[in-house]
Amino acid sequence: MNKTVLIVDDSVSMRQMVAFTLKQAGFSVLEGGNGKEALERLASAKVDLIITDLNMPVMDGISFVRAARARAECKFTPILLLTTESQESKKQEGKAAGATGWIVKPFQPDQLLKVVQKVAP
Amino acid sequence: MQIDLTPFRRAFLDECVEHIAALEDGLLRLETAPGDAELLGSVFRAAHSIKGGAGSFGFEPVAHFTHSLENLLDRMRTGALGAERALVDLLLRATDVLKGLLECARAHEYGQTDAAAPETAAIEAELARWMEQPGADAPAASPASASAAPSAATQRYTVEFAPATGFFSTGADPLLLLEELASLGEREALEVDFSELPHWEQLDPECCYLSWRIQLQSAATLSALRDVFMFVGDEARLRFETLASAERAPQAAPARESVGAAAERPSAEASSAVRANAASGAPGEAGRAAPAAGEPRSSGRSAASRSSSESASIRVSVEKVDQLINVIGELVISQSMVADVVSNFSPERLAQLREAVLAVERNTRDLQERVMAVRMVPIGSIFSRYPRMVRDLSAQLGKEVRLELEGEETELDKGVVEKIGDPLTHLIRNSLDHGIEPPAAREAAGKPREGVVRLRAFTEGGSVFVEIQDDGAGLDTARIRAKGVEKGLLRADDSWSDEQIHQLIFQPAFSTAATVSDVSGRGVGMDVVKKNVESLGGSVVIESQRGVGARFRIKLPLTLAILDGLTLSIGGQLFVLPLLSIVESFRPKRAALKSLLAGGEVVLVRDETLPLLRAHALLGIPDAQTDPTRALTVVVENDGRRVALLVDELCGQSQVVIKNLDANFRRVEGVMGATIMGDGRVALILDVPGLMRLSSGRSAALAL
Amino acid sequence: MNENELMKNPSNNPGDDARQFLTFRLAEQEYGVPILRVQELRGYSAVTPIPNAPAHVRGVMNLRGAVMPVIDLRTRLGLESAPPTKFTVIVVVNVASKVVGLIVDAVNDVLDFDERSLEPTPSLGAGVNTGFLTGMAKQGERLIALLDIERVFGIEPAQVA
Repeated sequence: MNKTVLIVDDSVSMRQMVAFTLKQAGFSVLEGGNGKEALERLASAKVDLIITDLNMPVMDGISFVRAARARAECKFTPILLLTTESQESKKQEGKAAGATGWIVKPFQPDQLLKVVQKVAP
Repeated sequence: MQIDLTPFRRAFLDECVEHIAALEDGLLRLETAPGDAELLGSVFRAAHSIKGGAGSFGFEPVAHFTHSLENLLDRMRTGALGAERALVDLLLRATDVLKGLLECARAHEYGQTDAAAPETAAIEAELARWMEQPGADAPAASPASASAAPSAATQRYTVEFAPATGFFSTGADPLLLLEELASLGEREALEVDFSELPHWEQLDPECCYLSWRIQLQSAATLSALRDVFMFVGDEARLRFETLASAERAPQAAPARESVGAAAERPSAEASSAVRANAASGAPGEAGRAAPAAGEPRSSGRSAASRSSSESASIRVSVEKVDQLINVIGELVISQSMVADVVSNFSPERLAQLREAVLAVERNTRDLQERVMAVRMVPIGSIFSRYPRMVRDLSAQLGKEVRLELEGEETELDKGVVEKIGDPLTHLIRNSLDHGIEPPAAREAAGKPREGVVRLRAFTEGGSVFVEIQDDGAGLDTARIRAKGVEKGLLRADDSWSDEQIHQLIFQPAFSTAATVSDVSGRGVGMDVVKKNVESLGGSVVIESQRGVGARFRIKLPLTLAILDGLTLSIGGQLFVLPLLSIVESFRPKRAALKSLLAGGEVVLVRDETLPLLRAHALLGIPDAQTDPTRALTVVVENDGRRVALLVDELCGQSQVVIKNLDANFRRVEGVMGATIMGDGRVALILDVPGLMRLSSGRSAALAL
Repeated sequence: MNENELMKNPSNNPGDDARQFLTFRLAEQEYGVPILRVQELRGYSAVTPIPNAPAHVRGVMNLRGAVMPVIDLRTRLGLESAPPTKFTVIVVVNVASKVVGLIVDAVNDVLDFDERSLEPTPSLGAGVNTGFLTGMAKQGERLIALLDIERVFGIEPAQVA
């Protein structure tokens, strides 16, 4: 069964790379350019994993994680944050908001897959 | 798994342009503010980002070289090395090498960069030498992987894991962790602790009450085991115990320290080698290295945003985008108002319709302005390349020069900013080479040894001005004049103003430099400067005083694509004249008109005599009003020169979007472009300098 | 006969499109341009003259926001210019990555030509500049002059400089 991953990032190139990597690994991919768009995607599709950036316009990653967790269908969906190494506090904040884990940028595609396998094998 | 990253490399290389600029900018500023933690941080981050990305995207030579650079920067950041000049020199040269490597990478977009160029190796060796300098901290530590002693023999571990009750609410699954742990070795025992499980009625199925104790025989290191639980936070109870290892002390660390904190890390935790591994290695470790690299992300970003020069993309602040979205929202509302009125229209709703249309108009104008604002970028992105240039050049010329920057925040259309770089480069070179005197000469003239070149940008009346001012020798008017006569550009007895003579230096192949230096004599002449500036719809004016200094003032339009214009008609055709060039308009009296014996006409405006340019004649338009007393003259100005342009009548003022004629056709003299009017027809936009050229033939520049 | 051969096997022949021509009329002569070059056809609408442009450049017009030059093909080929009629059409073609409009008297047809039906350019009588033609095609009684649109537009900039 194909798992569906929702990728949320305002950077198109980052989104493309993550999407590309995951598609290669057999995931179905949905995309959102910010938290708000991502919530709209969630409303119409069942998602097995969410990967989200933190700094985004309109709705940032933390608010998005919080909003997603508040939805019944996403209550236990694994959520990974895309962070940079200088965002330790953000990581904790994200964790508190309900994120499952994080991927530190920059990363190699296989590192991404490793982390994804970890939370949504 | 092999993944082709080709599609993402390009974007990365674009980003590198910004990182390089940040690197260079930071290094230069370090010279005046050594030890500035924020600067050091942003410089380090720039190198770090390049290295990380280069690694991720397969530019190995770049990653490898940047690694050495980053190591050194890290030592500076930790205070082990000071930002002394020799070191900054080296780092700047290293930045150049890096730039070269990146350009190389860009050149064969799909391939790898070439293996180490000789310069790379030399610089790397120098970087390594600096690394060996004794400093406040120990020299480069062994790689992080060595910190957990590699051991072929299996060890027996006990892991106790008690997640917090809210564990599920983060989307985590203990089962996955236990399975992952089991995959690392042979599980010898697994105990589940049910003791926290509440009574059935009080049980919340969304909470986790269980905890586990696992005994494992594994060849994996302790840190590999810890990595399994990398996402498990402090609120969980987690304990590791190494049972059968004589060499290692038992790791019975308290739960709080065991994950998330690097209890067993060697003291070289902050050393570059660890961090380097963090960037390319396991994500969890990178996370742990974070506090050491803890400058706010924004500092690196602001440095980067000032230098988006050579990329095709544009970085727009969220604020600007939000404003756009707001305006679009209003526009949608206005539009639905119109739709509503129209859908059941009756004559008495006319006023309502008019109001709704007005709202649409207002929103559209607003939208236009905000979209244009998106294209506006600070000129500082270009300015930032000059401190380095001035530094290198003055050393090369044996001069002492200080560059002062002012108004870096002045915003200009991205297109203009990109194209103004080369002319500015040339003018600054020119100031250093011909303007600023050698220190001895300056002292002899009673000036400070150090010359000052001031680069300043400011906005004034719908235009942006960029000035390059120096306190050097000024232009040698007599010499330029002599050269002009020699070249046949003027006669020896012509009585030209200094200003007119100075304009001669913009003639092709006009150089008066006594010695053609490496600096200015590079084949790009001042004529190119003038041409480039004019192609942007701008102009250059020179002010110079012998012995005191010179000032080149470039005037540029704020934006390329939108123009405030006056609509006018000639022979029934509509034209647009840029409002900025218009001084006034009037209908001349017969007495004010005079024909010159030499041909040509003039018109008297108060006490000024202006050449009369018949637009219809210059543009070959039939059926135009040829009698000036029944037509209108518009006084227009360019480069300090005024002429009266004869047109049929003025129709009104409007903002127009400029379209290039040469996109599908070619450039037309006297016309700077076209625009599409409200009725869908095309109107041409007149070009005042071009019309002046048309009227005076090719020698316009000299016919002042 | 040639037509039949083509029609028997239309889809397998990759050269099909390449042999299709849009034909139009100028004065009494029928002309053709490769259909692949034709972007669209537009009714005649007023154009804005360009100062000091060659006579055959009628001016520019608005093509969905782009400014497109319009060429009076009659003038270009050395024929006498004619006022627009209700049949006058602007053929929008792509030449050297530019978009150019050609004013023609009327559009006739889209025709397939076999290479064997192409003949070298004969003289078309006084005034017609045969330098802009690549050849002639015969279609029953009709003799169609095939235009070299690169040359129609391409010589342009050099001429003016």
